[in-house]
Amino acid sequence: MSAPDSMQVSVWRGGPDGGRFQSFDVPRYESQTVLDVVAWIQQEADPTLSYRFACRVGMCGSCAMMVNGVPRWTCRTHVQKVLDADRIEIAPLRNLPIIKDLAANMDPFFEKWVQAGGVFEGTETRADSYAPIVHEDADRANADAGIECINCSVCYAACDTVAGNPEFLGPAALNRAWTLVNDAKDASRDRVLDAVSGKGGCHACHSMGNCQQYCPNGLNPLTAIAGLKRATARRALRGR
Amino acid sequence: MSHLRRGHPLWYAHILHRVSGLLLALFLPVHFWVLSHALTAPQDLDAFLSFTDHTPVKIAEWGLVFLLSVHFFGGMRLLVLELTPWQPWQKGWAAAAVACSFFLSTTFLLQAI
Amino acid sequence: MEMRLYLLQRISAIVMAPLVLGHIAVMIYAVQDGLTAEEILGRTQGSILWALFYGTFVVAVAVHAAIGLRTILHEWFGVGGVALNGFAGATCFGLLAMGLNAVAAVTVTP
Repeated sequence: MSAPDSMQVSVWRGGPDGGRFQSFDVPRYESQTVLDVVAWIQQEADPTLSYRFACRVGMCGSCAMMVNGVPRWTCRTHVQKVLDADRIEIAPLRNLPIIKDLAANMDPFFEKWVQAGGVFEGTETRADSYAPIVHEDADRANADAGIECINCSVCYAACDTVAGNPEFLGPAALNRAWTLVNDAKDASRDRVLDAVSGKGGCHACHSMGNCQQYCPNGLNPLTAIAGLKRATARRALRGR
Repeated sequence: MSHLRRGHPLWYAHILHRVSGLLLALFLPVHFWVLSHALTAPQDLDAFLSFTDHTPVKIAEWGLVFLLSVHFFGGMRLLVLELTPWQPWQKGWAAAAVACSFFLSTTFLLQAI
Repeated sequence: MEMRLYLLQRISAIVMAPLVLGHIAVMIYAVQDGLTAEEILGRTQGSILWALFYGTFVVAVAVHAAIGLRTILHEWFGVGGVALNGFAGATCFGLLAMGLNAVAAVTVTP
């Protein structure tokens, strides 16, 4: 049996103070994913490589990294789709501080999630009966369009406005806020709208659309943020 | 650190709007300064205007009208996106906007030469 | 503050939308068969309408450009705080002054 072809994989190594790309020759296999490649490097070439993964079937979002300059779920990215003349470049997610190698620090992402008013505030208790939610309602449809977010941070890494404006809450946090604004069960619509009207709020978005372009779940933070802009502008023009 | 590969229509719309705005903002003070000579020194304005008869200047003028059109249509895209519940044919808009800008500015050029 | 800047930017854009189209139309018309000071001033001098048209345009563009440049300075050059808002205010004021001066120059009858 002939030896498998190999490809050149460039992997970012380093920490919070900087780093550099390191090159590895990795054998090609059929149906190989980028996560397979990273795992091969750590298991066969360099055990000191740090990276994150969990489900490896495209449900948890833990394996998100920059592949040839694009943020992706590496477990769902086939090598044959991204191989660029037998080379691949793998780096940690952009716009987040680095812990080590391919592992980015997700803290700022989640802090902004909360800052944007992402915590649900209920109105009923367990003693009350279920809230009657009609799925055909326009509000509910808006909320449903955004609730499948698994907080993988791909949109946050893709956004140039996040890169240029460190205070910008980011597409995921604002998308979450929009789902709460549209959620009939949530008590705090005004609080959420306040939370997204400050510095780095929804008005800092320039609608460049990288978020909806790269979301692996097909979500659309761009539309969600436009909705927030409308809702907050309406409130402001009414004098609130 | 790694770069981000951009290059989809909405991102182009964004970057064109921003760059055209920047260039127009830098041009404006020059534009105002030239026109202000009209009252105090109209012959200076005339001298400047006959200078603009040269072809490279005409092309630069076409560029400016193009920038204004691009910025205008890019802005319209944003207003439609933000004020109305957005529809997926946005990308068509972005392309149509650039096409219209070309049309407007080329009309200008044809009249100018 | 961000809310107010956002609204000002959108409102100035809406105000300018018809003015931009008008300006481009004027340019296409005026540039035919050459451009002279005499020809321009013949149209604009003493005209209240042109003064109002371009006066409004200048006010709107001064606000719009200042806010736009402020965004670029912040996102591309990392400027913040007092320097950022100072620059924005100065730009707005500068464009307003130069622009209204230019409008006066072409509309006031000598």
